[in-house]
Amino acid sequence: MTLSVRGLSFSYGDREILHDVSFSTAPGEVLGIAGPNGCGKTTLIKCIDRIFEPGGRVEFGGKDMADLSTTEIAQLIAYVPQALTIGMAMSVFETILLGRRPYIRWSVSDADLERVSAVIAELAIQHLAFRKMTQISGGERQKVMIARAMVQDPSLLLLDEPTSALDLRHQLEVMELVRRVARDKEATVLMAVHDLNLAGRFCDRLMIMKEGRIVAMGTPSELLTRELIRDVYEVDAVISGESGYLQVIPVRPVGEITV
Amino acid sequence: MDQKGAPGDLSHLREEYHRFAAKRYLFLAGCGILILILIGIATTLGSADLTIGEVYAAIIARFFPSVVESTPLASTIVWEYRLHRIFFAIAAGFGLGIAGAVMQGVLRNPLASPFTLGISAAASFGASIVIVFGIGGFANDIAIIIAAFVFTLLATFGIYSLSRVRGISPESMILAGIILMYLFSAMTSFLQYIGTVDQLQEVVFWTFGSLQRTSWGKLALVSLVVGLCIPFIMLRSWDLNAMGQGDQVAKSMGVDVSRTRTRLMLIASLVTAIIICFTGVIGFIGLVAPHITRLAIGGDNRFLLPASGLVGGALLLTADSLARTVLAPAIIPVGIMTSFIGIPFFLYLFLRKREGYW
Repeated sequence: MTLSVRGLSFSYGDREILHDVSFSTAPGEVLGIAGPNGCGKTTLIKCIDRIFEPGGRVEFGGKDMADLSTTEIAQLIAYVPQALTIGMAMSVFETILLGRRPYIRWSVSDADLERVSAVIAELAIQHLAFRKMTQISGGERQKVMIARAMVQDPSLLLLDEPTSALDLRHQLEVMELVRRVARDKEATVLMAVHDLNLAGRFCDRLMIMKEGRIVAMGTPSELLTRELIRDVYEVDAVISGESGYLQVIPVRPVGEITV
Repeated sequence: MDQKGAPGDLSHLREEYHRFAAKRYLFLAGCGILILILIGIATTLGSADLTIGEVYAAIIARFFPSVVESTPLASTIVWEYRLHRIFFAIAAGFGLGIAGAVMQGVLRNPLASPFTLGISAAASFGASIVIVFGIGGFANDIAIIIAAFVFTLLATFGIYSLSRVRGISPESMILAGIILMYLFSAMTSFLQYIGTVDQLQEVVFWTFGSLQRTSWGKLALVSLVVGLCIPFIMLRSWDLNAMGQGDQVAKSMGVDVSRTRTRLMLIASLVTAIIICFTGVIGFIGLVAPHITRLAIGGDNRFLLPASGLVGGALLLTADSLARTVLAPAIIPVGIMTSFIGIPFFLYLFLRKREGYW
């Protein structure tokens, strides 16, 4: 299914956060949203999921999100926030099962349990399944939340900084998982990323935002240039391909007085 | 990635979840049986000198007068003094327990309860007004009930309206509740200050909470309201579970968060109001029954809500039975007793299960 965003805008009070944002994605695409703090990445994600009600149009699979009920949207789009709340006295299995909420009226079917079990196996977290959420590490929690979004069977997965709390190994694991979801389920993944190296390595395309607008969109190799990094982040950087992947090495802030 | 024996692993997880759920049904059944046993014991307790045989003869004789004989005295004591009080304790404890669980869930705060949200304080103020400025006599008792009920609902709408101004969030509701609690407490203190010694005593006694004035009629009314509210609350178990993950995530899972929060708060307040207007303040059950339950069976609201009700019922009945007997013929207000018996139990669970709770 295709995501099509047209003329999207959003304000908190009289402060406009997003101005006339338009873009579209292809099925199975992983699109990274990058840009400095406060550029509107998170707000954009929340507007697409109608957690906020934006101006403009968001269509997914030809349907206008404004015409769908919250449950209908939940069957299409799943969202994992940056800051995780874990609920009172919930186990890992129960937390993941919550992702079936858009499909469950009251009782849990064997199909629901199978879906949860399959995702748990896919993420190789069987050993955590009946631990309490408070007893697992931050990286494990992040995986659980992605699992929760996966059992929602979304065609569009929205992730807000999925790797920001993770160590190196978990970062790679989570990113590979995200790629696999996109490939196997033909789901579109839209994720806010700070780490340009991970973004460059795992995203099909990048969208660079600044002050609520899209300033550039394209493949990582097209976008991750010294000039763009300088324009958007106001940082002098070196771009290297030494490891076989594009690497952005920030050197110094532009315009700062050097000692 | 661990791929060994994937299909086997799946059925293993499913079975483990079924076992996990079975434990919860077992806990619910256990609470039910415990309550039945407590009823059986509680009917035999009291200041009147009745043997166990006389008590059960009086109960059975009501249904099968030709089979068992009973004395009018035994019949009166059991039917007019003990039984409605016992069932009232269960209904009230159930309502307070489930209302507390709802408030803690809706506000994502383990300290939320009718007591901490100013709802009890409002009821006390309502009762105090009538006690201090009332006319006395039988009409006064009814006026106290009505005033307590009305002020409880007023406080609820106060919390709702105040928090609406800032946006319906757990934080705004809790802050609004605390503001109202202090306001009503101050006004009640003022009434106590200007009241006579007798009035002061009556106000204080009301705030202890008591099941002294129950009747079959009041039991019917409380059971009806609590009974009607239960399905409404239970049907929102999944929404409450989802809201535990934060408002925005709950919304992304299809929950209409503001509407669910508002409605559940109103329902939980209504349940609390209909109970405490008859009993006075019984603060402890709504706070602690959900905690005891959560420690025992975890936080899935499909089980937590009904089990908190049953634990609340068992707690209040135990407390009231002890309150009637430990200093007999004197009766200790049940609000005092609930804390005395609930705290050791709660402490035990609290200290034993240190990890994996909040």
